[in-house]
Amino acid sequence: MVSSTAGTTRSDARLALLLLLAPAAVWLVGLIVLPHVELAILSLRARVAPRVYEWSLAQYRTFVDEPLYWRTFVRTATMSIIATVCTVLIAFPAAWYIAKIARGRAKSLLFVLCLIPFWVSETVRTLGWMILLRESGVLPRLLVDLGITAAPVEMLYTDATILVGLVYTSMLFMVVPLVSALESLDDSLIEAAYDLGGNGWSILRQIIIPHAAPGIAAGSIVVFMLTLGNYLTPTLLGGKNSLWFTEQIYTQFITRFNWEQGAAFGFLLLVLSTVIVWLGLKLTGQRFGDVMRRA
Amino acid sequence: MIPSLPRSAFSRYAIAAYVFAFFVFLFVPLVIVAVFAFNDANYPAPPWRGFTLDWFAGSGAKGRIGLFADAPLMKSVVTSVFVAFWVTLLSVVVGTANAFLLERVAFRGKSVVSLMMLAPLVIPGVILGISVLAFASRLAQLADDVWALDLDFLRPGLPLVVAGQFSYIVSIATLTIAARLKRFDSTLEEAAYNLGASRAAALWTVTLPYLKPALIGAAAISFLMSFENFNTTLMLVGSDPPLTIMMYGRMREGASPVLNAVSLFLMVASALIALALLRRK
Repeated sequence: MVSSTAGTTRSDARLALLLLLAPAAVWLVGLIVLPHVELAILSLRARVAPRVYEWSLAQYRTFVDEPLYWRTFVRTATMSIIATVCTVLIAFPAAWYIAKIARGRAKSLLFVLCLIPFWVSETVRTLGWMILLRESGVLPRLLVDLGITAAPVEMLYTDATILVGLVYTSMLFMVVPLVSALESLDDSLIEAAYDLGGNGWSILRQIIIPHAAPGIAAGSIVVFMLTLGNYLTPTLLGGKNSLWFTEQIYTQFITRFNWEQGAAFGFLLLVLSTVIVWLGLKLTGQRFGDVMRRA
Repeated sequence: MIPSLPRSAFSRYAIAAYVFAFFVFLFVPLVIVAVFAFNDANYPAPPWRGFTLDWFAGSGAKGRIGLFADAPLMKSVVTSVFVAFWVTLLSVVVGTANAFLLERVAFRGKSVVSLMMLAPLVIPGVILGISVLAFASRLAQLADDVWALDLDFLRPGLPLVVAGQFSYIVSIATLTIAARLKRFDSTLEEAAYNLGASRAAALWTVTLPYLKPALIGAAAISFLMSFENFNTTLMLVGSDPPLTIMMYGRMREGASPVLNAVSLFLMVASALIALALLRRK
């Protein structure tokens, strides 16, 4: 009797495992693993005749040989790093205020106010920046009315505009981990450092930043990743000057229907993103799972 | 520094001014979008020419087609809701199964599976899009070559958009639901068994009600992320664009205040969802 119950529960458990594993397997194999294998195969072949392909590194060679492609790649990476650094610098004082200075209702109100803009679509936020910054827009008009410029200046389609848009769109992913990292810092540590003669700068460098490092790293990794893979903000705010790498992928894949080249570009972007995330985790000694859960 | 330490008046005002400027930076673009939905002009730009509701209710009489009369725009909203509905349903159901898989059963290779479940979050959306597109096209080709079948749903279009969005949104749903299931006190389930409940009854009357807040939260997040998705959708869209793609196309062509009108609707809708969620917590 007892053994038969144990037998059924064991086969029950196996059935439950299979039932639970099935959707995960379909998802991970069918939508993640196999599509990326397909992408890898595409990127490593060249068309020699209609419907005849052979293995080749031609797509990657084109990337190296054509300055436009690798310059766009380097530019996208550099701009993403600059945008990430700007986001940390801008978010930090605000996160500090929310975590340490604001109290009670004001504190939770400010925190929620930080979240609200990001419940709205990125398209809407970008539309706002376009209305603000274009030549006939609000800010150039304001500058003329204040007598700062004689005629309205075009403020769209520059690198600075792209950066503003990217920093704006990433802000949430920095503020949230920073606030939670700073909240866990015990005030008495800061008081002790102050009593021991520390000044603002040395306390910031020796107490606050080391404590907040995991939060800064988590935020930076997420912001960098999202910026690197962004398409909407650079193309709309940068116009023809945006030269963003995702745009090259789109052009090859959709406009020119050159899937082999597009797949190679996609892989390069994936490798860059993975390497930087991995480096960020290594340098700060964190685990991937923990960072993703925090973010 | 912190309030318990002596702070100069200057530093107190400086940080308050900074925080004020920070929130102005956060909200100015949204306020601008909302304000110009009501400007009586054919172009969303200053100066202010008076208040109008043409961009909502206009029927084309003054050359102004308002949001409600703009059939392609309204259709794209319906498309977005349709896509978001399926993505939400699939993500919550599969996410729940994944959560039980991660928290309740032990099997070989579990750590690899749990790591793989996070991977879609670090793959850029554009690449998720092109990989799903390429793989689906390979499958369609295969079906055509081997069985002479024309599988339409594997060509760019809404089924692929749902698949592409689902491929990473389900990761978020899994994390949300697994986090709550981890805190579940399994003695509650044992008590149900002792009282004679079957596995199904215990799941239905004890465990799922406990998970309900996480299920609702995961559903709301999935819906919003699907509704707002751009990168993955852009690569997979066919002839009927969801709202974000539609707006992007129009923003490239030029601006019309009708985009401000639809944006204002999105803002109000997401603010209501956000408030409803925060109130629950």
